[in-house]
Amino acid sequence: MPFNLSSFLIVAAVLFTCGVFTVLTRRNVIGILMGIELIMNSAGLNFVAFNRYMPEAQTAAGPTGQVFTLFIIVLAAAEVAVALAIVLALYSKLRSIDVEKFHELSG
Amino acid sequence: MNPETMNNIIFLIPLIPLIGAAVNGLSGRRVSNRVVHVIGCGSVLLSFLISVLGFFTLLSIAVPSRRVLIQSVYTWLSAQWTGGGFMVEAAFRLDPLSVVLCLVVTGVGFLIHLYSVGYMAGDRSQARYFAYLNLFTFSMLVLVLADNPLLMFVGWEGVGLCSYLLIGFWFTDVEKARAGMKAFIVNRVGDLGFFVGLMFLVWALFEPGNPEPIGLSFDSLAAGMPRLLDAEPIWGIGIATWIALLFFIGATGKSAQIPLYVWLPDAMAGPTPVSAFIHAATMVTAGVYMVVRLNFLYLASPVAMTVVAVVGALTALYAAVIAVAQNDIKRVLAYSTISQLGYMFLAAGVGAFATGIFHLTTHAFFKALLFLGAGSVIHAVHHNDMNRMGGLKSYLPVTYLTFLVAYLAICGLAPLAGFVSKDEILFSVFTAHLPVPGLAFMLGVLGLAGAGLTAFYMTRLLLLTFFGSFRGEPDQKQHLHESPRVMTGPLIVLAGLTVLGGVLGLPAVTHLPHFLSNFLNPVLERSGAGVHQSGAVALEVGVMIISTGVALVGILIGWYLYSKKPTAVETLANRFTFAHRLLANKFYVDEAYQALIVKPVMKLAALSGLFDLKGIDGIVHFTSRTTTKLSFLIGWEDNKVVDGAVNSLAETFKKLGDAAQRLQTGRVQHYLYAMVLGIFVLFIFRLLI
Repeated sequence: MPFNLSSFLIVAAVLFTCGVFTVLTRRNVIGILMGIELIMNSAGLNFVAFNRYMPEAQTAAGPTGQVFTLFIIVLAAAEVAVALAIVLALYSKLRSIDVEKFHELSG
Repeated sequence: MNPETMNNIIFLIPLIPLIGAAVNGLSGRRVSNRVVHVIGCGSVLLSFLISVLGFFTLLSIAVPSRRVLIQSVYTWLSAQWTGGGFMVEAAFRLDPLSVVLCLVVTGVGFLIHLYSVGYMAGDRSQARYFAYLNLFTFSMLVLVLADNPLLMFVGWEGVGLCSYLLIGFWFTDVEKARAGMKAFIVNRVGDLGFFVGLMFLVWALFEPGNPEPIGLSFDSLAAGMPRLLDAEPIWGIGIATWIALLFFIGATGKSAQIPLYVWLPDAMAGPTPVSAFIHAATMVTAGVYMVVRLNFLYLASPVAMTVVAVVGALTALYAAVIAVAQNDIKRVLAYSTISQLGYMFLAAGVGAFATGIFHLTTHAFFKALLFLGAGSVIHAVHHNDMNRMGGLKSYLPVTYLTFLVAYLAICGLAPLAGFVSKDEILFSVFTAHLPVPGLAFMLGVLGLAGAGLTAFYMTRLLLLTFFGSFRGEPDQKQHLHESPRVMTGPLIVLAGLTVLGGVLGLPAVTHLPHFLSNFLNPVLERSGAGVHQSGAVALEVGVMIISTGVALVGILIGWYLYSKKPTAVETLANRFTFAHRLLANKFYVDEAYQALIVKPVMKLAALSGLFDLKGIDGIVHFTSRTTTKLSFLIGWEDNKVVDGAVNSLAETFKKLGDAAQRLQTGRVQHYLYAMVLGIFVLFIFRLLI
């Protein structure tokens, strides 16, 4: 079996799927955040794979895929920080981190 | 005057009184009574002077048959279509017949206007009175001068209107107003006959093939007579007869013959000068004038002429009979007028047209004089009841003397005007050739009987009013005074005319020319100058003697009953109560008309009113109620259906919103699930497209 771009994409897809599954089925908020992390990382994996296997995608400015992955990591970190802040606020109000309990915004 | 010039000023004769009427009517209240009098009397005087001018102008035309001046003021109606046409001009015709009538109307009219100045002194509405009187003069002159029956009808209606206005002049008295209404309504019945006759005449004159427009002037009508005679009879009666009879119905209304005379006695409610003018000298003679004017039509129908003669004779006698038992001085004179008009129609009916006009003229003189004299009496005693008068000849000498002259004339005593004309009528009747043998003789006898009764009741009137002792209130005697000169002046003039009027048409025996019939002859196809043509001198003298004898008998009986033995009257009245009551109540004709005609018509009017109220209004109410209900239904539909549609639309959106709302659970996991689903759908689309 040749080891090419497809292999990395498949791994990223599997990771993405796991991440989506995790987001959809966890009751724990932190678990959902972990799933989100997985999704983001899978996206990042996609980027570096494309960066390695398609040189014409690189620009004169440098390795685009790698730069993008760095952005993703930073954004993930920021987003987790914000999400955790929200979770903390919710916990101080509702004394729980069970996502089933967060339905005040229902219409 | 030059005939052409005269031709151009004919229209002034009626116009000047019209202007007088307009001025007095519109501004008379704001000026002094003197101005009103001057305008009122002056306008008629001017008309009279122009009529005199016209008379002499006509005489100056040498050829008698050319003594016709026609002035067309404007074309009134004009219609032309393929195959025919119709034209009526507003034209005035001055010929011997109309100029005679003009002179009578304006001359006697002027005298009566003068008299009115005195009679109506003190009345509050003099401007209105003189305006109406002038308006009447205008209408009568239009009637007389008209050159076609349509324009004549305008005048005909106009005099009817003015008669109504003047009879009901003191309209604050309901009875007087009612008398005016009665006059107008009865006249209207006659007018219907006139107009239907006119329409019939126009219809009969239409020729299918002739594209020439037919005119309605009297000359055209006379020329169209042969067409009428050739036409097919309708229901067995000739067209000319139909038309002549229809016109005659109009004449019975206007000239108070049987059966439409009932308005004239009640018309005495108006001021006495009005009675003298309208109901003695002029308006009531319009019917006679009309028949004479249409002499060519009546000569075409012997049946119609016989009817005219019979009605005239019957009316003459009938009215004289009623006059015998009346107590109101004006009523006696009113019935006397009806009776004398009967004589005029009798003359026309036997073909003595000029004689009829002659009697019209003389009658105008002495009847106006009688009425004005009665007015003078009424002016003195302030009431009309002869039973409360008496012995007035010493208090009112001028009135008495002039009245006496008129009295002698109406009784038919020579050589006053009344004798000459009445005598001529009787002679014409006895020598007439009517379709029914012996009828002429019977009519002559009726005429003689009427003459005798005339003499009788006039004697009665004279004696009761002027002779004997005064039977009124004693304190009235101080107020008995002769009338002012403005009233006695016309009386004297009229007396003079009465005396001299006979000169106009002296009988053949005197071997003097009959001025009037010579003058009128060319206008009439056949005139009453049969007196001179038939030459039956012996018969004429015989008639004269018999009629005078009859009159003297009447006078004698009257003198006996009312001067020599007044108590005999009471005895007679008690012996013949039925007859007396019949006469005093005018044969109950008014009551009969009231029950047979007036009541049903009023009931019909009430019924129609009821129909209008219940029926028509009922329909209107029903319509409104139905519309209201319908609108209610529509409103309901609008509510339910239209609003329902709008509401259901809103409901739909609400439901959509509710459905959409259920997506917002507030649960993060659901949202995430939805996101993934969306991505999944996008992928599918990406693959498929």
